Amino acid sequence: MKIPMSWLKEYVSVDLSPAEIAARLTMAGTEAEVIEGIGQNWSGLVVVGFVKSIRPHPKADRLSLVTVATGNDENLSVEVVCGAPNITTGQKVAYASVGAPLIDPQSGKTKKLKRAKIRGVISEGMICSESELGLGDNHDGIVALDNSAPVGMPLDEYLNETTLDLELTPNRPDCLGIVGVAREVAVLTNCSLIEPATDYIDNGPDADSMASIEVQAIDLCPRYTAVVLKDVVPASSPKWLVDRLAALGQSSVNNIVDITNYVMFELGQPLHAFDLDQVADHRVVVRRALSGERLVTLDGENRKLTSSMLVIADSERPIGLAGVMGGANTQIRKNTKNVLLESATFDGSSIRATSSALGLRTEATIRFEKGLLPGLTEVALKRATRMILEVSGGKAGKGILDVQTNCRQQRSTIRVNQEQISRILGIEFTTKQIESTLRSLGFGIETCNDYFEIRTPYWRPDVTIQEDIAEELARVIGYDAIPMTVISTPIPKWVPNPMRDLRETVRDSLVASGMQETISYPLTTAGAQEQASPPPELPAPIPVLNPLSAERSVMRTTLRSSILETLLRNVRTWRGPISIFEIGRVYLEQGMDLPTEQEMVVGALSGPRTEDTWLGETGSLDFFDAKGIVEGVLDTINLKGQYADFSDKTFASGRCASIAINGMYVGVLGELSQAVLKMSDANLSRITMFEIDIDKLFESMGHDSAKLTNYKPIWKYPESTHDLAIVVDDSITGAAAVTLAERNKLVVRADIFDVYRNRGIPKGSKSLALRIVYQSPNRTLAAGEISKAEKDILISLKRELGAVLRT
Amino acid sequence: MPDVQKTEDVIASATLEAVTLLESEANESLASIAIDDKESLEAWRVEILGRNGRLTRILRSLGSVPQGKRRKIGGMANNLKNSLESAYHIRHEAASDAKQRLKKNIDVTLPGRTRLQGRFHPITQTIRDLANAFTSLGFQIVEGPEIEWDHYNFTMLNIPPGHPARDMFDTFFIDHPPNHQGRRKVLRSHTSPMQARMMEKTDPPIRVMVPGRCFRYEATDATHEWHLHQLELLAVDRGITFADLKGTLYEFARRIFGPDRKVRFRCDFFPFVEPGVDMAIDCFKCSGQGCSICKHSGWIEILGAGMVHPNVLEAAGYKADVYTGFAAGIGIERTALLRHGIDDIRLFASNDLRFLSQF
Repeated sequence: MKIPMSWLKEYVSVDLSPAEIAARLTMAGTEAEVIEGIGQNWSGLVVVGFVKSIRPHPKADRLSLVTVATGNDENLSVEVVCGAPNITTGQKVAYASVGAPLIDPQSGKTKKLKRAKIRGVISEGMICSESELGLGDNHDGIVALDNSAPVGMPLDEYLNETTLDLELTPNRPDCLGIVGVAREVAVLTNCSLIEPATDYIDNGPDADSMASIEVQAIDLCPRYTAVVLKDVVPASSPKWLVDRLAALGQSSVNNIVDITNYVMFELGQPLHAFDLDQVADHRVVVRRALSGERLVTLDGENRKLTSSMLVIADSERPIGLAGVMGGANTQIRKNTKNVLLESATFDGSSIRATSSALGLRTEATIRFEKGLLPGLTEVALKRATRMILEVSGGKAGKGILDVQTNCRQQRSTIRVNQEQISRILGIEFTTKQIESTLRSLGFGIETCNDYFEIRTPYWRPDVTIQEDIAEELARVIGYDAIPMTVISTPIPKWVPNPMRDLRETVRDSLVASGMQETISYPLTTAGAQEQASPPPELPAPIPVLNPLSAERSVMRTTLRSSILETLLRNVRTWRGPISIFEIGRVYLEQGMDLPTEQEMVVGALSGPRTEDTWLGETGSLDFFDAKGIVEGVLDTINLKGQYADFSDKTFASGRCASIAINGMYVGVLGELSQAVLKMSDANLSRITMFEIDIDKLFESMGHDSAKLTNYKPIWKYPESTHDLAIVVDDSITGAAAVTLAERNKLVVRADIFDVYRNRGIPKGSKSLALRIVYQSPNRTLAAGEISKAEKDILISLKRELGAVLRT
Repeated sequence: MPDVQKTEDVIASATLEAVTLLESEANESLASIAIDDKESLEAWRVEILGRNGRLTRILRSLGSVPQGKRRKIGGMANNLKNSLESAYHIRHEAASDAKQRLKKNIDVTLPGRTRLQGRFHPITQTIRDLANAFTSLGFQIVEGPEIEWDHYNFTMLNIPPGHPARDMFDTFFIDHPPNHQGRRKVLRSHTSPMQARMMEKTDPPIRVMVPGRCFRYEATDATHEWHLHQLELLAVDRGITFADLKGTLYEFARRIFGPDRKVRFRCDFFPFVEPGVDMAIDCFKCSGQGCSICKHSGWIEILGAGMVHPNVLEAAGYKADVYTGFAAGIGIERTALLRHGIDDIRLFASNDLRFLSQF
């Protein structure tokens, strides 16, 4: 909300600078910024001018020579060249003399005005348009000032209006009225508040003889007050009123409607004026709309109402959408004579629901939806009545029509004592501090034996409990007054979080193996996910009702497409190896319940193994780089994976492995299939990817990720290493040979250190070279023992795998 | 006789002088020869130690030194001979080595063999830094669902349906019908729902932090992202006060933004706390003088916090007249932006390796 300083100062005579006022408001809960008036840099070079005479430019049809008076003295006249079509004699204009800093409409930059010769005539300055002054975008014509503008006055002084721009929090509807803000300023600066006058003479006939009110929807309208005004004269509003409303962006309608708006901005209570003679039977009924009822609102829209909407009706039809907008059928017209002025309290959530159902947000709904208190209605009603009588004449009917139905929303009484305050704040305020602070804010306070009884004012619906009182005290006395302490209560009992520990260990391990962590949006599209051909058994992704864009409209069910997208995005800009991973959740629908959020990790590798270096080629990242990383991760958590040939559409067949722990599938690893590569159209020959389901990994560990290594004593007898080369059929896996070798009791470890397929090996076969380590915990193995073991291994390799010793 | 005596004295002292002079000159000239300069070394050897070398000549002349002084001067000359010869041998060996060694030398300025350098995403790094700071203050880490019931995202946090404060949190809704209790699924707009969940399932005291992903239905620009991370703090017990909140958050500011940081607490409104507070730190770029980072205010807003609203405590089954607590929500992206001087929040989800590889 923007508040002109001049308007604010009507209610509080504060001498502090706008910046200081803004700072204090900010600290006390309402963020405020000062918007300086226009023309702070004009230094008196732009003034109000008076067009004395105009004559044509001798050499240009479109230009004229204008004599401008720049002061009351006859001598203070200059002649300028002007091209504006809308210039007329007798106008008040914005005159800039040479040297004035004006905005160049083309570049938007500020330039000093130079003395110029235009088509042979010297122009002493210029008459400005809106855009040159920074007042607006209009560059077509000059600014025509009001006739009352004093000639010669610096324009910034004439126009100047420094405003406060407030960012209001939803709990403070009182600050949606300027008086509310003034009240804050008064308290925070120790000034007194000048409340607007509300008294008026009600010398018309009795109000209840002229109109009646009936509230049927008592749950939605705690209070309805109204005044009847007879013989008013609707007319254009006086300039001050038009200007005030204009400053808040409200255009003028007529003097009666304008006053209702003025008082709304002043006090925060929306009001409405009905043409009483258009109200059937002069009877106002507050009720829910009938289903199918329609109302043409003031904006000309014919609106279909539903039975949940609150309307103001007469005996026959709706005449207003309560708290939202009035009806056209009873609006104030030129010939309106009698007015029913409404000031009521409506249920905030009902107004909000109606407003959002109709997509109609107005200054009134913004205020009502915050939940105004019934006490405000009467004050605003009286204020508006007084002002309408002032600007449009007429007589006010005697008395106020006042229906109060539901006191639930009346202001509260709060009992609180000093201990309760200090229990919240950690500081004890004195009785005097409490009393004076709350009084200055308009609270009623009674000091009883061991507590205060506090009555909240009608403009503060937000204060209802002790904690609110604590905040009022703290924010006015200052948050700085409260000390800083460390929590002195005992640290609560530790609760293990093994799943999180596991996930973070995996993250650490991946980074340790040289991978870059990435984080991508969990919203995607079904089509984008398909790019990675994820497993078909995944449930359909969960759709978002109100996505920001079509590209981010469903919750991901796989991270494969995420990591692929990340990889492809970097291919063009990153020259070196790409080795990236992401840990995140996938969201799997569970019917009516919240979805399962499964923790996954994916990694992707592509490009050279290292950047080109002087040390020479290092090859490109492949399946075994990825596998090494996966093995490393599992090794970190003391697990050994089993890898088996696997079929998964994301991956190339025959170049893909399942990852299992103790026989349980936990993930997959492989080179992407040609189809996926083609779809991604990145022109990469190879991308290797792995995916591990962290939840499953956790399950495979028996939900115990914190299992510590059990130390095994280091055997003191030496180990002995022997190599064994065998020839097997191509279909035989290395793992099978290793498993057989390791079955021998004297073998502690076996590894494949070479796979050879070329010369000397029959087609369809390959040679596997095994490095076998023999060791015993209790003796040094004799050569005979080892060669016996070697023979045994060879026999079982022959028997089980059809292996032949390579010679 | 006296003449003979005199002549012998002259010879003795001349020889002594020659030995001393040779010692200093020979060492000096040897030192001036480059380590791999074999030719100069050979010339030196011939000049000093050669058959007609200076030292050889001195040794030969020893016979004319009178008997009485011969022993002493002779000893000195022999010592010099040994020392010069051994110096020569060392240098001779070194000279032969030097040629060889030049071939074996490595250019130590060439880059090392590269291995891939793994890195955490800056968001992870920031969360971990925060988690470390708060762990040492007794907070434990818990996590919650990212797709959440509006019941927890709002209602349990003192934001009932139809409450205007729901507008403060622009929310993504899941396109599912409400459940039998009328609850709707949303993408959580903050980590605060975990306040209610934690209190529902745990008896006091509670001291936890909740890092995690959140979502805001809002247009993206350099300072706004619809996808962001927060770290929630919640401490509930008997006797926790606003002063504790201030002290804890001040300690956080010092640990994360530097030990000399100043903090500013101002009143602010969040429906689930009362009193509410917004904490700012003094601008580390301009030290409070005013610059573009702090929007010329000298202060940078870091987080929102407050005392847990009694309605939130009661809704979760805690007695509000017995327990008090504070809660805070820290923006991870904002913290990371400020710490690293990043000027565009969208970079975090860009996953551009040119960005990520800097952290």
